[in-house]
Amino acid sequence: MSLSSTPSSSSPLSHLWLTRPFSERSTRIFLAVLALALAVVTVLHLALPAGHPLHVSSYTVTLLGKYLCYALLAVAVDLVWGYLGILSLGHGAFFALGGYAMGMYLMRQIGDRGVYGDPVLPDFMVFLNWDSLPWFWHGFDMAWFAFLMVMLAPGLLALLFGFLAFRSRVTGVYLSIITQALTFALMLAFFRNEMGFGGNNGLTDFRELLGFDLRSDATRLGLFLASGVALALGYVVCRGIVGSKLGRVCIASRDAEARVRFLGYRVERVQLCVFVVSAMLAGVAGSLYVPQVGIINPSEFSPLFSIEVVVWVALGGRGTLYGAVIGAILVNYAKTVFTGVMPDAWLFALGGLFVVVTVLLPKGIAGLMTRRRKADSDTQLKEATP
Amino acid sequence: MRITRCLTLWLLLCALMLALLGSAQAQQDDPGKPLLEALASASYAAKSDAIDAIVASGDSRSRAWLEALNDGKLQQNKQTGQFVVVLANRGRNWPVEDALSGEPLGEMSRRELDRIGINNALRGQLRSTLAVLDLYVDNPDARLQAANDLLGQVDAGMVAPLEAVRDQEPSEAVQERLTEALAIYRLEQGDAQAIETLSGSLHPEARAALNGAAASDDPALAAQAKKALDGIEQTLKINRGFETLYFGLSLGSVLVLAAIGLAITFGVMGVINMAHGELIMLGAYTSWGMQQLLPGQPGLAVILSIPAGFLVAGLAGVAIERCVIQFLKGRPLETLLATFGVSLILQQLVRTLVSPLNRTVITPEWMSGSLVINDALSLTLNRLYVLGFALLVFAALMLVMRRTRLGLEVRAVTQNRAMARSMGIRATRVDMLTFGLGAGVAGLAGVALAQLTNVGPNLGQSYIIDSFMVVVFGGVGNLWGTLVAGMSLGVINQVLEPWAGAVLAKIIVLVFIILFIQKRPRGLFPQKGRAAEG
Repeated sequence: MSLSSTPSSSSPLSHLWLTRPFSERSTRIFLAVLALALAVVTVLHLALPAGHPLHVSSYTVTLLGKYLCYALLAVAVDLVWGYLGILSLGHGAFFALGGYAMGMYLMRQIGDRGVYGDPVLPDFMVFLNWDSLPWFWHGFDMAWFAFLMVMLAPGLLALLFGFLAFRSRVTGVYLSIITQALTFALMLAFFRNEMGFGGNNGLTDFRELLGFDLRSDATRLGLFLASGVALALGYVVCRGIVGSKLGRVCIASRDAEARVRFLGYRVERVQLCVFVVSAMLAGVAGSLYVPQVGIINPSEFSPLFSIEVVVWVALGGRGTLYGAVIGAILVNYAKTVFTGVMPDAWLFALGGLFVVVTVLLPKGIAGLMTRRRKADSDTQLKEATP
Repeated sequence: MRITRCLTLWLLLCALMLALLGSAQAQQDDPGKPLLEALASASYAAKSDAIDAIVASGDSRSRAWLEALNDGKLQQNKQTGQFVVVLANRGRNWPVEDALSGEPLGEMSRRELDRIGINNALRGQLRSTLAVLDLYVDNPDARLQAANDLLGQVDAGMVAPLEAVRDQEPSEAVQERLTEALAIYRLEQGDAQAIETLSGSLHPEARAALNGAAASDDPALAAQAKKALDGIEQTLKINRGFETLYFGLSLGSVLVLAAIGLAITFGVMGVINMAHGELIMLGAYTSWGMQQLLPGQPGLAVILSIPAGFLVAGLAGVAIERCVIQFLKGRPLETLLATFGVSLILQQLVRTLVSPLNRTVITPEWMSGSLVINDALSLTLNRLYVLGFALLVFAALMLVMRRTRLGLEVRAVTQNRAMARSMGIRATRVDMLTFGLGAGVAGLAGVALAQLTNVGPNLGQSYIIDSFMVVVFGGVGNLWGTLVAGMSLGVINQVLEPWAGAVLAKIIVLVFIILFIQKRPRGLFPQKGRAAEG
């Protein structure tokens, strides 16, 4: 049972990994739709006056930017769940770590404009009577270092965790549960004031990013566009991995891990490599999310959030990448609507969604869309699995 | 006629006067009156003597007087000089009763009354005096309590009466306590003999006295006291060890209760039930609901809520199995997501139907209080009951799995579903019953938890991750593993807590389990044989 639509290997460009992702129709459609959406929102936001019915307000732009960050996170989860068969219930941890790295940079940018006016220490440290910066806060006043850490911190955690887990062949349910334990432990840790990440309140009250005022409409639009570009890049990277030889080993090890191992592949290295890339993408998503939302606190580490991400992917259809994007945007749009209109009903709706999707829609929305071309893929399957 | 009328009037008046005088005389005759009058004197030294006089008088009302005096409620009417006990000193007018006769006198304005003042020295004297008074009551427990209160409170004046009391005391425990109390006094006076008496005591007051002696100028006394202290410290360490062990086992029993239902559904059936925590919550709410149905009878409610909690959670479990899980056979990761959805729905259901706020379940009298082993170690009863309950549930579950037809069928279906079905076992029915059993046990856990914590919609969430950790740590499909894992995790947590703090201890345990699974991916007690593959 192959969930991915494999690229047609007959394409003349298939030997170039940079261009190969674009050889696939779904990628081209996805990128075109994304570019169109970004352009339409930008035009509607800038060109139309505030009173116009089609005007997109700055609030909506930020909201859409948030959805795009979630979509990138969902793509990262789909990469490991859909193509590697690893159900990670802890991807929220990588997302939050990226967010904290960005938050630390933004905190340092506040400088002496905080409530206590300390030029170096963030407000919460002054409040806790700390007299100097903890060692891990050094360097975050430099943008390049912070942006590096956005990818490095989640990447290193994933490397360490994955190295331990894949080496000892922890798979399936066990892996899911220890990823959940990981994010739960991190949540407890970040709640502690002694950790030096602002405890309960997290990091907030940000002013500017790279010199741009975070409250201005132009910056918000810029962040929205940056999120869109990051999503496109992340999508292309994932598609590139999935279409490459590495990706084929991934899919093979998802479907029959032992067989791939017997064929001589080092499955744990493949898993580790893809897992780390996925964690880095999640970190990037978190780093773009934080300046748009204006706060990062330990609740992003909560196991509930991580499981929610998995449901976005499940709803959209796992193992398709674009399905993850559709699922993330749909569920979060529904969340925005529901929590505004009937806050009590949201958990009923979300819970019902979990049940309905898993029982009735095992292939998600993407599965519904491709059903039309079933006959087509059936012949492909026959060729693929002798 | 006029004269006779005058005479009668005069006689009447005389009789009235006599009657009045007589009643005054009667009050004058009350032996308590001079005692209280002495208390009302201006000087504190005289008051102190007056207190001693009251104790010496042996008057049955002396306890009430001294307690009222201690609370500042023994007061004197400014005009009449009458002694009253204020019953409630709120507002302007206070209800009072006569201190001598105990008759209620209605209300008096606070302006009419004059409080009999005491100072700190008198307060101390009153405290120890009241304690000595208590040594005369019939109830031996009350006498022991009184003797406990005396530790470190003995002063020169009390030694003689206390020794007298001790020699008459029938209860050995009380005698020992009094000896200790006297020894503390003697040690404070520099008596080295007293150290021997105190070296076996764990009471903080005895240790304080020994510490004082260890810092004294007399080197011989100090050395002896130090030695005794070291001995006590050793005993205390052992006791603290026991206490940590007890708290660890108590926490462990909660973990075992929460996890054992999961061990059945996850371990035996291979179903990952994320709604397990919410089934625990349902059990806890059943316990609370039972108490609402039976107000004023918490004991009966607790006992009835055990079967009720099992049934409610068990039926909910059967419903979940029928509606969701049976469609997801062989897809464990999807089951995880679907049951997580169920857990969200159940949580919100409780929030909407009952309340988003926490509820408190009243602990029945026979479950509150604690079992006192010695001065340094006492075990809270409700935790002891939960510990016993956990072991009982575990034993019952073992019996069901090992000795009943259902258990046999469950094991058969787990090991080889196709073969079991061809032998005539209705596998779908077995699935349903197994899941119901696991859910019912979760309900029992909820009933037990309701006795320890508040009942709220988030109750289950806080246990679900811990429960999974216990099952995975113990080895899936192994009930003994769950028991050992739950208890050891509880104890590890409690051992770490004093030096790491509660949150850090929890993090350390989580990290430990994550690392442990790397080393032994199948838990402490892995399944052997063909069932292990898969």
